[in-house]
Amino acid sequence: MTNKRTGQSSLPLGEMSAKGGQRGNLYNYIIGIADNSLILGQRLGELCGHGPSLETDIASTNISLDLFGQVRNYFQYAAQVIEDDTVTEDTIAFLRLERQYKNVLLVEQPNTDFGYTIVRQFLFDAYHLLFLRELENSKDATLAAIAKKSIKEVSYHWRFSSDWIRRLGDGTEESHQRVQEAVSDLWMYTDELFHQTDADKAMITQAIGVDTLKLKDTYYKMISEVLEESTLEVPESKYWHKGGKQGIHSEHMGYILSDMQYMQRTYPNMEW
Amino acid sequence: MSKKNWPLWEVFVRSKNGLEHRHFGSLRAADADMAMENARDVYTRRSEGVSIWVVESNNITASNPENNGELFEPAADKVYRHPTFYDLPDEVKHM
Repeated sequence: MTNKRTGQSSLPLGEMSAKGGQRGNLYNYIIGIADNSLILGQRLGELCGHGPSLETDIASTNISLDLFGQVRNYFQYAAQVIEDDTVTEDTIAFLRLERQYKNVLLVEQPNTDFGYTIVRQFLFDAYHLLFLRELENSKDATLAAIAKKSIKEVSYHWRFSSDWIRRLGDGTEESHQRVQEAVSDLWMYTDELFHQTDADKAMITQAIGVDTLKLKDTYYKMISEVLEESTLEVPESKYWHKGGKQGIHSEHMGYILSDMQYMQRTYPNMEW
Repeated sequence: MSKKNWPLWEVFVRSKNGLEHRHFGSLRAADADMAMENARDVYTRRSEGVSIWVVESNNITASNPENNGELFEPAADKVYRHPTFYDLPDEVKHM
């Protein structure tokens, strides 16, 4: 496969991400953070015009746009770090192959119904908020600045999703049952949020990255409190799915990418 | 979309400190908290406001259009009630 921008017969981004070293690790670390928001944003964007009510439809797409805004900051920084003129925020977002996306499995799960959409958001927002609060103290000034800017947005996401958990959990018999089903189903994707790649570990030792293992107890406490308040059961299962952070995705990922990458693949270098 | 609708709420937004809240539109929500969040998402996402009021539409008493004649027409021919006979200084804004 030839990349038209670089004329190379392989994917430069993939090679870079396989490279170690300070730049390689930092690049991979940024991509790992940003891909979660990119894929979740894409999922939420699918709801545009399809939300259960006009108000929740707009709310979902607002959150989606917040996430894309954050992703742009991360990818612009990643493009700087990689020191290759052919790499831009757009090529990083749209021209990688499935294995090169490092998002967790949780965010690629489908919008099965409003319950699933909200539970997926809730399980991610709690992590995202805790993560950014630590990233704000990163030794890397750019990452710290992006975190600082994003915290306000993500605080609102958390408020929105946890409010809806309470409403649905402590709502009607049907809403309770459906949101409980979503919690039980998506629970197995939560542990992966705290897995650490080689790049993560390298960045943690330099006080650039967030030691996510330290957030784990707070995370489960935070979501359990809301679930209990919402009369929902906190699952006890210890069976966890993983792989996304290594690029091994669920069957949904290919469909997301074919939707997301369609324009750039069909009309290479197209711009707005 | 569900046929069963949540109650209707009216949304008032103050776009700048010093200005009054203005009616921006309406939306549906199950209660005041949800109305506030929805108002934030529907009406202030392009930084239109610094403060939001929401009130359930039921709580608003509106004038009846049939009574427009007796309510409003008598004011039409009383120009002396309008402060149009002197110049407003530029410093007085938002009159």
